[in-house]
Amino acid sequence: MEDMILYDRLQFAFTITFHYIFPQLTMGLSLIIVYFKGQFLRTQIEKYNDAAKFFMKIFAVNFTMGVITGIPMEFQFGTNWAKFSELTGGIIGQTLAMEGLFSFFLESSFLVLFIFGEKLMGPKLHFLTAFLVFLGSWASGYFILATNAWMQHPVGYEILENGKYVLKNFSALFSNPWLLPAFLHNQMASLVTSSFVVASIGAFYLLNKSHLEFGKLFLKTGVVFGLVSSLLVAFPTGDWNAKNVAKYQPAAFAAMEGIFETEHAGSEIVLIGQPNMVEKKLDNKIAVPNVLSFLTYQDWNKQILGMDRFPEEELPTNVPGLYYSYHIMVGLGTIFIGVMALAFFFLLRKKLFHIRPLLWGIMVLAPFAYIANITGWYVAELGRQPYLVYGLLQTSEGVSPTVSSGNTLFTLLGFIGLYILLGILFLVLVGKTIYKGPVVQNH
Amino acid sequence: MEIFWYITIAVILAMFFILDGYDFGAGIIHLFFAKTEKDKEVIAKSAGLFWDSNEVWLVAGGGMLFMAFPTFYASVFSGFYLPLIIVLWLIMLRAIGLEFRNQFQFPMWKDIWDRSFGVSSLLLALFFGIALGNIVRGVNLGGVIKGTSLYESQYFFLPLWDSSFSPMCESPGVIDWFTIIIGFISVITLAIHGANWIILKTNSSINLNLKSLIFKLNIALTILTIVSLSVWKNINPEALDNFLEKPFFIIFPILYFSGIIGLFFIKKIKNDLVPFLLSSLLILGGITSSLASLFPVILPSTNDVNESLTIYNTTTSEYGLSVALNWVVVGLILLVIYFIVQKRMMSGKIDDMDYGH
Ligand code: HDD
Ligand code: HEM
Ligand code: HEM
Repeated sequence: MEDMILYDRLQFAFTITFHYIFPQLTMGLSLIIVYFKGQFLRTQIEKYNDAAKFFMKIFAVNFTMGVITGIPMEFQFGTNWAKFSELTGGIIGQTLAMEGLFSFFLESSFLVLFIFGEKLMGPKLHFLTAFLVFLGSWASGYFILATNAWMQHPVGYEILENGKYVLKNFSALFSNPWLLPAFLHNQMASLVTSSFVVASIGAFYLLNKSHLEFGKLFLKTGVVFGLVSSLLVAFPTGDWNAKNVAKYQPAAFAAMEGIFETEHAGSEIVLIGQPNMVEKKLDNKIAVPNVLSFLTYQDWNKQILGMDRFPEEELPTNVPGLYYSYHIMVGLGTIFIGVMALAFFFLLRKKLFHIRPLLWGIMVLAPFAYIANITGWYVAELGRQPYLVYGLLQTSEGVSPTVSSGNTLFTLLGFIGLYILLGILFLVLVGKTIYKGPVVQNH
Repeated sequence: MEIFWYITIAVILAMFFILDGYDFGAGIIHLFFAKTEKDKEVIAKSAGLFWDSNEVWLVAGGGMLFMAFPTFYASVFSGFYLPLIIVLWLIMLRAIGLEFRNQFQFPMWKDIWDRSFGVSSLLLALFFGIALGNIVRGVNLGGVIKGTSLYESQYFFLPLWDSSFSPMCESPGVIDWFTIIIGFISVITLAIHGANWIILKTNSSINLNLKSLIFKLNIALTILTIVSLSVWKNINPEALDNFLEKPFFIIFPILYFSGIIGLFFIKKIKNDLVPFLLSSLLILGGITSSLASLFPVILPSTNDVNESLTIYNTTTSEYGLSVALNWVVVGLILLVIYFIVQKRMMSGKIDDMDYGH
């Protein structure tokens, strides 16, 4: 039984992590594409249209990968987490089915039209298709986050005597206090990823001395979007999420902040330190007193419960993983703000295009935006442990009763093999598209 | 209410098989009959443009099944664990094949991805038929051995096959001779459907040969249908009862057979759309007849200990189903609109079009 849960969890974690590489780019990039199309409509400068079409190519590859890796996610609820699906399907099935019906259809139908229909439609309709693709992808994120929000903070349900969860209040699913902060934070985070990707392609062209005109445009656009989204991801949205965790999942909050012992007055904020699970303390700690209490409650002296105040069974199962994920996310977020602010400063002074170390910095940071997003999700998912539905259903109660661990390990290995192949093909393809650069239309 | 959801989901899944079915079929034709690079390219393109918007029907149908009949979803998806994951892998390989073949222009590269597209289309068509066969045949719900259940009564687990390959043994596997027959029916049906699609959407040089191929496949399909019907009663003794009790159910088999009969006239039919509609009818009729023969059961139990899963004992609360009714109606209307917009803008032969590449 134990390994069975382990393989199920590893398989879910592996496949969702891989899946999430793609939507985080498509969601943000669709907005930037709408911006380019809008600029083209307004100014009639071809360059913007070429840029939009270039990024739509990258979008399309990512979208395809999102679809290919997304279908297994939906299947896995049934295949690996059958008991969970049986018990909660009447609730999370609502939001998942709405996602399929309202967003995937919208996105996929209009993506085909965007890519192949420009000549048939004229610029205004073509802008509209780009906008609808954007709408579809954000709606998809919204419904997924509504699903996840219910697992983090269940609302509007009723438990029947046979143990099944059924819906009692539909609108509660969408007024869930967990949902809006998580959605806004997640969307801003995906905008961070795409801004970094856009800016770093620009930086690459400038450093490589190819496609110079587009290099400048991409860099400029990426930096402006990047600065705004990096700021928004930290404040107010990140802060807002942290307050929610402190309120609804206090044990997870203590673990992610690395508070082993409850302090008498205000809590310190930990900057560096390694959790030592045997002695229940942080090794090599550097911390600033009282700041955490202030950030969370705007009160320097408010007490925050540490892990010592919760029974062992209610603490997240992987405290170091949770702690590191959180600190990596926040640490990277701080670096992003710094780099983007610096780049923006030099952009205003019209020097950015010549400062090679900064261009290098932006280019190298792009993969870290992905890391910040993924670690963010690890904070959410590891923090939810040991529950599948917070406070109600334990992870071990959710697995499929009839699937043996041998079968799960077999499919896990299969997914790993297939995804490695997929990942390599994806990189080759995107690399080729970037290298070739935007196609310039000479009308 | 249950019946409404049952029909909605059945229609959505049938739409998936009709829409994605043609690109599976195109894959089968591509594998066996496309010879020149130009044909290969245009056939791959006729499938490649649409597969992802077609696959959304599967995602949406799956989501609704999850919402409306969670117990069924949980039971079937965990019970058919291995075949389903294999189907997933095949779907991925197929998609990779379609998306990557034109990315580089050397023959070996194209060959690899053509094969991957063709073979996985073929296997998927086979597996979908086998799946339908399993649903019709039923499974050993609760994993009963010698009169006692191993699992809760709504769960089961099927190995890929049982060494006897017989649908009548105590615990049949996913693949047995009956489900294989249904699998072949599915392959042939989808091959016909795909060929019709190619004729409709392309000017490929093999279009004329395809018509006589469809004719021959149709003969094979008729024979297999007769074989399967003659053993059907042994597999599921109650299969005909529904048609006797509710005579209007006969309409579903009629759809199926009018599809078959119509396709015998393929060489005479001038309008390319008609054969495509006939094979769509064939698919629709086949799926609905199978479901109708079971109704209201959705997964028969092959033992006497545990009762079959029906649309009533696998569903969620009345409230959940009725609020979902509101959004599903809106969603379906939107869907029809997108569908019409997309098909209108993309009508015509693929190779005549200039997509601005
Ligand atoms: C570019 C990526 C990125 C960056 C820089 C940040 N985050 Fe984040 N964070 C995410 C990307 C992300 C995410 C991947 O998008 C998550 C996962 C779940 C969610 O809704 O957003 C997330 C979750 C998440 C959670 C967990 C909520 C839960 O347990 O469900 C908290 C408390 C924060 N964030 C707080 C912050 C703070 C205070 C940041 C300050 C800089 C920050 N995040 C930067
Ligand atoms: C709607 C969105 C999501 C839902 C509904 C969801 C649901 C689940 C479920 C059912 C599990 C298995 C049970 C468990 O171990 O708790 C799980 C685990 C996990 N998920 Fe999510 N997930 C979502 C988003 C994500 C994303 C985007 C990521 C990361 C990129 C992620 C990362 C993980 C990880 C790492 C685990 C394993 C946790 C562990 O090992 O304990 N999840 N999630
Ligand atoms: C357990 C969690 C998840 C499941 C079951 C899931 C399911 C799916 C499925 C089935 C697809 C393919 C849709 C199609 O056929 O068009 C898909 C794509 C997509 N998913 Fe996920 N997904 C999960 C997590 C996430 C998360 C956390 C996000 C973002 C917040 C997300 C955003 C998207 C988006 C935007 C797409 C559209 C394709 C794209 O733009 O790349 N998904 N997902």
